[in-house]
Amino acid sequence: MSATAVAAPAVHSLWTTAAAAPIHAPKIEYAQLSPILVVLGAAVAGILVEAFVPRRARYGTQLAVTLIGLAGAFAAVVGLAATGYATTKADLAAMGSIAVDGPSLFLQGTLILVTAVGVLAIAERGLEPQSREVPHVDAFAPQAAAVPGSEDEKAAARAGWSTTEVFPLTLFALSGMLVFPAAGDLLTLFIGLEILSLPLYLMCALARRRRLLSQESAVKYFLLGAFASAFFLFGTALLYGYAGTLDLGGIAKVVTGDAAPNAALNASAHGDALLLIGGAMIVMGLLFKVGAVPFHAWTPDVYQGAPTPITGFMAAATKVAAFGALLRLLYVALPEMRWDWRPVMWGVAILTMALGAIVAVTQTDVKRMLAYSSIAHAGFLLTGVIAGNKQGVSAVLFYLAAYSFVTLGAFAVVTLVRDAGGEATHLSRWDGLGRRSPLVAVTFALFLLAFAGIPLTSGFSGKFAVFSAAAKGGAVPLVVVGVLCSAVAAFFYVRVIVRMFFAEPRADGPSVAVPSALTGTAIAVGAAATLVLGVFPQWAFDLADKASVFIR
Amino acid sequence: MSFPLLTVTAAVPAAGAVITGALPAARRGAAKATAMGFALATLVLAAVVTGRFRPGGAQYQLTESHSWIPAFGVRYQLGVDGIAVVLVLLTAVLLPVVMLASWHDADLPAEGPKDKRRPAGAFFGLMLAIEAMVIIAFEATDVFLFYIFFEAMLIPMYFLIGGFGQKYEGRRAAVGDSADESSVRRSRAAVKFLLYNLLGGLVMLAAVVALYVNAHSFSVPALQNAHLSTTAERLIFLGFMFAFAVKAPLWPLHTWLPGAMGESTAGTAVLITAVVDKVGTFAMLRFCLQLFPGASAWATPVVLVLAVISILYGAILAVVQKDIKRLIAYASISHFGFIILGIFALNSRGQSGATLYMVNHGISTAALMLIAGFLISRRGSALIADFGGVQKVAPILAGTFLVAGLATLSLPGLAPFTSEFLVLLGAFEHTPAIGVAAVVGIVFAALYVLVLYQRTMTGPVKDGVTALKDLKVREIAVVAPLMALLLFLGVYPQPVLNVVNPSVGHTMSALHKQDPKPTHPVAEAINGGSR
Repeated sequence: MSATAVAAPAVHSLWTTAAAAPIHAPKIEYAQLSPILVVLGAAVAGILVEAFVPRRARYGTQLAVTLIGLAGAFAAVVGLAATGYATTKADLAAMGSIAVDGPSLFLQGTLILVTAVGVLAIAERGLEPQSREVPHVDAFAPQAAAVPGSEDEKAAARAGWSTTEVFPLTLFALSGMLVFPAAGDLLTLFIGLEILSLPLYLMCALARRRRLLSQESAVKYFLLGAFASAFFLFGTALLYGYAGTLDLGGIAKVVTGDAAPNAALNASAHGDALLLIGGAMIVMGLLFKVGAVPFHAWTPDVYQGAPTPITGFMAAATKVAAFGALLRLLYVALPEMRWDWRPVMWGVAILTMALGAIVAVTQTDVKRMLAYSSIAHAGFLLTGVIAGNKQGVSAVLFYLAAYSFVTLGAFAVVTLVRDAGGEATHLSRWDGLGRRSPLVAVTFALFLLAFAGIPLTSGFSGKFAVFSAAAKGGAVPLVVVGVLCSAVAAFFYVRVIVRMFFAEPRADGPSVAVPSALTGTAIAVGAAATLVLGVFPQWAFDLADKASVFIR
Repeated sequence: MSFPLLTVTAAVPAAGAVITGALPAARRGAAKATAMGFALATLVLAAVVTGRFRPGGAQYQLTESHSWIPAFGVRYQLGVDGIAVVLVLLTAVLLPVVMLASWHDADLPAEGPKDKRRPAGAFFGLMLAIEAMVIIAFEATDVFLFYIFFEAMLIPMYFLIGGFGQKYEGRRAAVGDSADESSVRRSRAAVKFLLYNLLGGLVMLAAVVALYVNAHSFSVPALQNAHLSTTAERLIFLGFMFAFAVKAPLWPLHTWLPGAMGESTAGTAVLITAVVDKVGTFAMLRFCLQLFPGASAWATPVVLVLAVISILYGAILAVVQKDIKRLIAYASISHFGFIILGIFALNSRGQSGATLYMVNHGISTAALMLIAGFLISRRGSALIADFGGVQKVAPILAGTFLVAGLATLSLPGLAPFTSEFLVLLGAFEHTPAIGVAAVVGIVFAALYVLVLYQRTMTGPVKDGVTALKDLKVREIAVVAPLMALLLFLGVYPQPVLNVVNPSVGHTMSALHKQDPKPTHPVAEAINGGSR
């Protein structure tokens, strides 16, 4: 009775003060947001192209719009960096919801380049068998809405339709990825997560061949992703309950005691419980996206089912974005909670490395093997995240850049090895590939050696960077586990090389399609990045080092 | 800036590897000639390096130093001491010899489907790539730089083992093993080689990371003055030593060697045991002993025992082998035991002896293995039981085989004798019991060499051997320089010792350990002027 009596005037005063205060229009720093805006603009333009440009001209227009948009976005990132963002200054733009700092710009630049290379592979139309009537066939379902195996689908295929929607979808996913590692508060982080995820769910379902597998993978990805999002959102709510703010910096202040927590809520939840549970749930959501154990189960199915160019894009770019967000969350919002999250992350990192490496040994499908390898690499990256120092950040940034190009290249090679049923992804089909197409086999071997972390490839530079950062941060046991898992991982990479070079070629073996300039460029860029970052990594380390300070 | 001689010495074979590998597969002759040209050019450069090296001068000479990856404090830093000089020269001498011996080993089969053939250029290109990486590993005075090439050389070696097997002239009669089976065994051996060495390398990687975190530098001269805590030093030492012991190989990490040598061509086998494995023993001297002297002394008892086990185990298993190449592989394990014994005797006689042993073992094993390779390719079998009475049909082959075999068992007058003697002297000086146990290995060495010779070369001429042709001119050209070196270094090892001894002195001063006063006049004479 008395409680309502007290509460009523309080509510009343809240309303009256709110009404009395002038409402400020949000201040938007368009220049600082320009990379994201350019990509979004290009994506919208892509939708308009889909609506208004005749079907025949769509492919070319879409490709041009996408690449121009990406070039513009990259120019915007470079422009921001040139004016001193990331090195001498940093800013929280758009009312504190987007951080324009070193890690943001580095990762945004990486993501745009990765997407550009990924789009080249996505745009490939010369690998599928073609006919006179349908001269260009891409990797995607001619009409995604048609039931697999139905007359509609056949008709669409005969008509030579193609799913050019994939270009704006890629750009939308990219825009989410650009927001994700740059988000300055939890809601923006969540919006980034959703914008990047939804187009990806869709793109996974678009495979031209093995459509049921593809659709199954999309549904799995969607359902598990929705769970992860729900966890993330719940965690956000709990953290808001703890801190009374969604700003990452604001949360950090409350954790350190520089700012008062939300007294009423905190008292009812007995101290840090909200913080710990909320933080754990958010981290869970992010670990799902990076594919860390025990939130990895979606990875192999989705990697296998999705159209291979999409897998390559997704494997590379999602990992970059999600690790960026994880770094920001742990280093900006929860650095003072290090002693609480470190033991858990140790466990996650060890499990991720070990399970990824060990289970990969038993795989017989190239795409599944690469999926488990990506899990193992997520574990290696986590050792750098756990380091908890500036080297850790720069090492993870470098590793992400190095790893993403290797991944793109490797999946692009997978699209080339084909037989009558489409891509020949079963490992036994790769026997003797080195003798039939030495160049393709040597390139793939280069990517595998980079995954294995052999010196003079980018994989080694990255591995050395994260391990030395982890050792410096006091995580020596993690380094030892990492090294042992690397040895296990080397086994299955080498096994593929053995098959390609030492096994007898099969009489009915797959043929290697001659790629157009698009896929060729994608593979060449991947190989070049692998070698350059392996032999002359210093400039990239400098860049990552300069870019390794977060703004709070 | 002076002429970067050391870089060029490594860059020439590297360039040769790229050019040879890039030649079209059809141009076999051109590929071979190009490869041989680059190998000979490397030999000239190595000779120039040797000539420019001043034995009494600074520890590291002809140095080059450039910033490479400052983020990790890594420098592209080269420099040679006496030990590195002789090993670079050994590598450069062996490569053309091995290439000449393997001249037809990678030829395309004349018939058969196109995708079953192999490009000959790749075989020689891989050899040159290995040479380049080995040379730069010998020259590196930056731990990281060394590590990179120590690891990277596994890849061409792996392809060489797995991709090219022993070539047999004519049909493979009476061996009872199809080409497919042997190809499966070969790729297994290659994988085993790679995984063993990769594991060693990765353990070393953890130690390299730890070294960087503790000492903040990779430069060998700088690290010699660094102070590590005892625990850190020991752990890092173990990481390094594990990798080198796999490479060397030391019992019980040796099991990859017999397979790798047995399944590959004779030339590849020589590259493994005479060139690539030397990097392991060399690295023990340069890195384990110089950077971690305290930990080396701490680990010495265990290492010495393992070395003695290697000596005896390798020798005993060599006696019972049925396959000639595997026999030589086990003999090599025994010899690597001697080398490691000399290194970890921690006195200058042992180390000078070990270095000399590396050179002599390289030459004698190359001779034995290459001649065995000639023999095996003629008969189409590597089984000892398939031979007999060869000396009646092919006297030159049998004679040179005997000389190489006698060198392997360290007969006085042939090169390995001096080194084995010095190593044993060093071992006795350290712990007499160890020396005694090692001497037993010599007895077994006599056994496996002489029994091998007796079974294959003497006695009645076996069925498949009657038509065996003697050495051809090319093959004599392979064997002659090796024989000459065995004899020359057998009677006059002093030139090598003169180059090696001052460097051993530097290692010894790193160990902060004075030799006990020489009590043996021979030791005094050989060791003269070491400090």
